Amino acid sequence: MTDPGTPGLETFAAAEVADLATADDSALQQRKPRSLWGDAWAQLRRKPMFYVSSVIILLVVLMAFFPGLFTSRPADFNDLNHQSEPPSADAWFGYSFQGYDIWARAMHGARATLIVGLLATVLTVLIGSLMGIIAGFYGRLTDSFISRFGDIFAGLPFILGAIVILTTLNPPGTTPSEARIVIQVVVSIAVLSWPVSMRIMRSATIVARQLDYVKAARALGASTRRIIFRHMLPNTVAPVLVYATIALGAFIAAEATLAYLGIGIRPPVVSWGVMINDGKDYVQTSPHELLFPAGLVTITVLAFVMLGDAVRDALDPKSR
Amino acid sequence: MSPEDPLAGSSIEAVYDGEQGEFVAERKTGPLLEVEDLRVEFRTRDGVASVLNGVSYYVEAGETLAVLGESGSGKSVTAQTIMGILDVPPAVVLGGEVRFHGENLLAARPSRRMEVRGDGIAMIFQDALSALNPVFTVGFQIEEQLRVRRGMSRAEARKRAIELLDLVKIPNAKGRVKSYPHEFSGGMRQRAMIAMSLALDPELLIADEPTTALDVTVQAQIMDLLRDIQRERDMGLILITHDLGVVAEVADRIAVMYAGRIVEQADVFALFREPRHPYTEALLASLPRLDLKGQELTAIKGLPPSLARIPSGCPFHPRCARARDVCTKDVPEFRRLPGDRFSACHFAEELVRHG
Repeated sequence: MTDPGTPGLETFAAAEVADLATADDSALQQRKPRSLWGDAWAQLRRKPMFYVSSVIILLVVLMAFFPGLFTSRPADFNDLNHQSEPPSADAWFGYSFQGYDIWARAMHGARATLIVGLLATVLTVLIGSLMGIIAGFYGRLTDSFISRFGDIFAGLPFILGAIVILTTLNPPGTTPSEARIVIQVVVSIAVLSWPVSMRIMRSATIVARQLDYVKAARALGASTRRIIFRHMLPNTVAPVLVYATIALGAFIAAEATLAYLGIGIRPPVVSWGVMINDGKDYVQTSPHELLFPAGLVTITVLAFVMLGDAVRDALDPKSR
Repeated sequence: MSPEDPLAGSSIEAVYDGEQGEFVAERKTGPLLEVEDLRVEFRTRDGVASVLNGVSYYVEAGETLAVLGESGSGKSVTAQTIMGILDVPPAVVLGGEVRFHGENLLAARPSRRMEVRGDGIAMIFQDALSALNPVFTVGFQIEEQLRVRRGMSRAEARKRAIELLDLVKIPNAKGRVKSYPHEFSGGMRQRAMIAMSLALDPELLIADEPTTALDVTVQAQIMDLLRDIQRERDMGLILITHDLGVVAEVADRIAVMYAGRIVEQADVFALFREPRHPYTEALLASLPRLDLKGQELTAIKGLPPSLARIPSGCPFHPRCARARDVCTKDVPEFRRLPGDRFSACHFAEELVRHG
C-alpha cells in the first residue's frame, strides 16, 4: 500500500494553514483574496529599495518622453564660447568640448537610451520565452535543437558579436538613419542575449509541464495552445520578468558600450552612450564631459537592477 | 474480458414497454467504457518497465467500479491511458483498446480525444492543490471550460460555476467562487476539483485516489459526495484506490490489480465474502480486525515485484502462500468463474473450498 504518511501530513498541515487563513478572513470581513501578483505587490510596497528605484526610473522615463520638463534648450544647443566649461548655474552639467550644454543634451539623450533598452528587452524576452516554451513543452529533439542553437549565440562574446553584426550592416563610412541604427542595435542585442531568457523559460516550462494542474487541464479537454498560454505561462513568466528588469539595465549599459565603440547609435542622434563617446577624449582636461553621462547610465542601470531584485524577492515566497 | 465477450457491440431485443403497452425494440449497447488487453510500458534509461500487461475492465453507466491495488500496480497508468494524458515518452502504449460507447479512443484522432475529455470522461486527481492552477481563481477554472467548450457568456458561466460549487457543498459558493485554490482547505479543494470535472456533465468520472491526501472525516464526506452525485446523474465512476474501507462502502464492483494485471474482478459483496485470488485473500486478511485486537497484523510477505523484472508465471507466486510448481511456469489465465466473476489464479476454484 502507498504510505500516506509524508505527503498526507504535508497536505494536512497546508490545509490547516489554509483553514486558519479562512478563519482570519471571515473575521476581517471580506479581505480581498490575494493572488500571486497581489501578494507580490503588497510585498513590494514594503520595500524602500522599490521606491528608490521606481522614482529614479520614473524620472528617466519622464526625461525620455518630455525632455522639455527638464531643460528649455534643444539637444543641439551649442555655444562655443563656453567650450569645456565646468558645471555652473547656467549649465548644471557644464559644457562639452564642442560647446554643447551637457545637461540639456543628457535630457534629450535619455530617449534613445531608454528606447533601445526597452525594445531590446522586449525583443529578447519575446524570442527567448517563445523558444523556451517550445523547447520545454515539446522536449526531446525540439529541445535539443533549440538549446544547441541557443548555445551558439550564447557562446559568442557579446561585444565581439555586436561588432561583427553592426559593422557588417553598416560598413565604415556609411551614415545610417536614426530609426535604422536604433533597430539594428536593438536587434543585435536581442540576437545575442535571447538564450538566457530561453533557458529560464525552458526550465520553468519543464517544471510546470509535469505539474498536476497541467495534466488536469489536459484531462478536462484543454487544447495544447490553451494549456501553454493560459495555464502554464502565468506560472512560468515570473522568473523571466525578473530577468527582464535586470536585463533592461544591462542593455542600457550595452547601448552605451556600442555607442562608445562608435558602432552603435551615433551623432546626430543623441544618447548617453554617444555623449560618453564624445567625452572620452577629454577625461584629463574636463572630466565632467564623461562623468555626467556615465553617472546617469550607472544610476539608471542600478535602479533597474534594484527593481529587479525587489521584484524577484516579492515574487519568490521562499525568500521571505 | 471474457473470451465470449458478451458485452461488445449492440443487439436489438424486443422488450415489453409498460407505458405503450406493446413490445418495442430496445437498443442494447455495450458498456459505457471498456478497457481491453491494455498493454503499456515505460522505456527509461534504466530499462523497460512493463507497467500494464493486459488490463481489461468495463464500467456501466451508473455503476461504480473500484480499481484496487498497491502503489505501482498500474491503477493510475490505466486511468491516464484512458484519458490519453500519459507522458509519451517515456510511456509507450503497446496495444489494447479503450472503447467509450464502443468507439476505440486509442485509435481516435487527437481532436476527437480532446472532445471526449471533460465532456465524456473527466478525471479528478489525488492532490487537488497541485491539480488546481495556483494563479487562477477556482471560479475561473470552472468557468473556463464552460466558456470555451459550451460557448457560455461570462455571466452564464459564473452562474453555473456557483451552482456547481453549491452542488459539491462548498459553503458560501457565491463568495468562494472568487477565491484562489490556496485559500481553500484540503477537503474544499477536492470539492472544487470535483466541481471542475463535473462542469461539462461527463458520463464517466475517473477518480484517482480522491481521498488519499485527506484526513479520515473529510475522506468520508468526499466519498459520500461522489456517491450522491454519481447516483443523481447516473454517471459511471471509476474509483482508483488502495483503501479497502472506501471500496467496501461505495463500490458496486471491484477490480484488483497486481503488477500491471487485473487479478480478480467481482461484485463487491462476493469479493469480500469469498475472494477467489490469493492476493485478494491476503489483502483482506491484512486488514486490522477488532476481534483480533492485540495480535500481530497479518501482512503479505515481501514486496511487489519490480516492473522491469516481473517474475515468470504468475507474478504473485513469490509472495503467495498457495504457490505450487505450476505457478512459477504458467501465467494463469484471467478466467470467468461462476457468479459473473473473474480470477487469474490456477486454483481459483480450490480457494473457495478451502476458504
